[in-house]
Amino acid sequence: MKLWRKPFDFHEQATAPSKVVLNKDRCKGCEYCVVFCPTKALVMSTEMNAKGYLIPVELPDGKCLGCGLCEAICPDFALWIVPLEAAQKGE
Amino acid sequence: MMSVDGLMEGEFFMNGDDACAEGAIAAGCRFFAGYPITPATEVAERMSRRLPEVGGVYIQMEDEIASMNAILGASWAGVKSMTSTSGPGFSLMMENLGLGIMLETPCVLVNIQRAGPSTGIPTLIGQGDMMQARWGSHGHYEIIAVVPDSPQEMFDLTITAFNLSEQFRIPVLIMSDEVVGHMSEKVVMRQVAPEDLVTRPRPAVPPEEYSPYLSGDDLVPPMAVAGEGYRFHVTGLTHDERGYPVMTAEAQDKLVRRLVDKIRLNKKHILRMEEVGLDDAEIVVCAYGITSRVAKRAVQLARQEGIRAGLLRLIVVWPFPEERVRELAAQAGAFIVPEINYGQIVLEVERCAAGRARSILLPHMGGGVHHPETILEAIREAAV
Amino acid sequence: MIGTKTLTDNPVDLYLRADRMPHIWCSGCGVGPSVACFVKAIHRTGLDTDKIAIVSGIGCSGRVAGYVKVDSFHTTHGRAIPFATGLALANPELKVVVFSGDGDLAAIGGNHLIHAARRNIDMTVICYNNFNYGMTGGQLGPTTPLEAKSTTSPYGNCDPPFNLPHLVAACGASYVSRWTVIHPRQLEKSMAEALTKPGFTFVEVLGPCPTTYGRMNKLGRGVDELRAYQERCVVSNGVDPRDAEIGLNGPILVGNFVDLSRPTFWDHCVKIFGRAQKK
Ligand code: SF4
Ligand code: SF4
Ligand code: SF4
Repeated sequence: MKLWRKPFDFHEQATAPSKVVLNKDRCKGCEYCVVFCPTKALVMSTEMNAKGYLIPVELPDGKCLGCGLCEAICPDFALWIVPLEAAQKGE
Repeated sequence: MMSVDGLMEGEFFMNGDDACAEGAIAAGCRFFAGYPITPATEVAERMSRRLPEVGGVYIQMEDEIASMNAILGASWAGVKSMTSTSGPGFSLMMENLGLGIMLETPCVLVNIQRAGPSTGIPTLIGQGDMMQARWGSHGHYEIIAVVPDSPQEMFDLTITAFNLSEQFRIPVLIMSDEVVGHMSEKVVMRQVAPEDLVTRPRPAVPPEEYSPYLSGDDLVPPMAVAGEGYRFHVTGLTHDERGYPVMTAEAQDKLVRRLVDKIRLNKKHILRMEEVGLDDAEIVVCAYGITSRVAKRAVQLARQEGIRAGLLRLIVVWPFPEERVRELAAQAGAFIVPEINYGQIVLEVERCAAGRARSILLPHMGGGVHHPETILEAIREAAV
Repeated sequence: MIGTKTLTDNPVDLYLRADRMPHIWCSGCGVGPSVACFVKAIHRTGLDTDKIAIVSGIGCSGRVAGYVKVDSFHTTHGRAIPFATGLALANPELKVVVFSGDGDLAAIGGNHLIHAARRNIDMTVICYNNFNYGMTGGQLGPTTPLEAKSTTSPYGNCDPPFNLPHLVAACGASYVSRWTVIHPRQLEKSMAEALTKPGFTFVEVLGPCPTTYGRMNKLGRGVDELRAYQERCVVSNGVDPRDAEIGLNGPILVGNFVDLSRPTFWDHCVKIFGRAQKK
């Protein structure tokens, strides 16, 4: 990806296309991950979890570039990202 | 004489507050947090001088609330800890005395009682905190409180207090008073043999299997401390054996019952009292602390007059020696209870006597002690 | 990044009591993300977790101690700092962290806060500031901005707030910063700096409380509160914290404000108590 400015901690934040993993039971549907994702890789789904919250889902077009913001701001430790390569190996 | 490791041994002439501090050091106390207050300040002063000599830490906190919390924290770091206070400071400690009971934290709190309520007479004696010692923090609990009657007992009972607190994982109160704290007498100090120093029960299982509040038959759970890798959680909320909060009546029932029963059912290991001439006593003077010394004299004088009087001196006041008072109530006609308040321990005596013997209060509002003659007169009256 | 990432467990679970999830905090509450940053900061520092103790007071953020898998103490309202002082002085090998809320630390516990900073006790205090008492339903607190609504300031708050970084800096803290949960990378870094620096270190974390403060002040949902932080925050590393007051509207200065070295309480103890042993 082309960056207009190199982040100060770029060396430790190297990103790789990733898959978003959701622990459905923990999610409380706040939409932070959906709203603040820079690439709009997630949307809210119509699926409801056991607690009655609508939960997000990753769009199938694989737009996640692994910036980690959703993981960092999810209030419920409900989602995290796994680099695509590792994810495909099924780790 | 001071030994190489900084402990004192031999005979000394010293006041009760100083003897209390030395007892704490002999018991292995190595952390003291406090706030100056008359008439307990001498305990803190001596600790501030002595603890650095024996490798301990003294800190003067911003208030008594902080002092109480700091000794709880130190205990959870594995160090025996103590604070001392009086009057208003004792009131400030009540909230976190409750935390100490809930977390089951061994530590010792010394109250050199003065005359209240409020600021009262800071420099003069009172015994008005006896019920506060029992019920001062909110919620239902049991507590252990010892009452020394002399500088010697300030030394000895402070060691006992530490041992009881470690054995039962509970804050132990030393309910002394201004006169005992400030009077100077001979104090024989000894080093306590390691086998006579009790240390808290320790976990025998690896961290993965450890539950901070899982206890055996004695109801006292083994205690891990911070930094050992147990990664435990403890909370002032009602909790289960894992230390996790559980907000149900069932969890509350289970926890409070155990906290209370670990003292009630172990009473025989806790209770201590002194008995003088009780075998055939018809009049029992029940007293504690400095008052019991006056009472002892009055009982002697009464015996000289041929009155069958005896003394029951409470050394451990809480838990209350209910069984012994009940037995005596069956044998004696009357209890006389002199105390430096307007009637506190007399209520317990009356409750246990349950109408089988009279309970006569001899109150003193504080600022001084009873005269032996006053107690003797009461004995005479009760005897007719 | 913590460990290898798997499809089954959130990497932060390594540091959490996963058996207690889901936690009690509301949807969109900012306490969760500040905890995520905190455990990532622990990871970043490489500190031995067996030697970390965390102490909380009472309130929503008072529950943090119960979710982090280190030796953890959930104490009484306002009293986390003196409890932590006892821990830290009785075992100086421990890294002691106090994680609690603004009401807990600065109102009922305010006296302990200023004295711990004055003493420069070795401890890291993380103050989650949501501008009100959330657990009890949204009453005004020591940080509630003037004019803000709360259940006990229905006409607007007439009670001027503390500027916490200024307060602790004035008392002698060695490290003082303020970030929000929408600055996770800076927050994590700052927490790591605070955790590794000797002495009293203080990180104020601003975060949304959509359930009470947000609702009462018509701030919308959590996402709107976060957006407002994005818009209002001005990164101002090194500014004098006296200028970092927070109003109901207007800019919010965030950044690492203070980073200095002064002897800790323990340094003084070692030096001065040493005199007793020489005799
Ligand atoms: S941020 Fe977390 S809790 Fe909120 S919607 Fe996304 S996954 Fe759910
Ligand atoms: S890691 Fe970044 S890009 Fe990927 S989904 Fe999360 S916020 Fe979007
Ligand atoms: S009341 Fe506010 S601070 Fe408390 S859990 Fe809910 S959102 Fe968080």
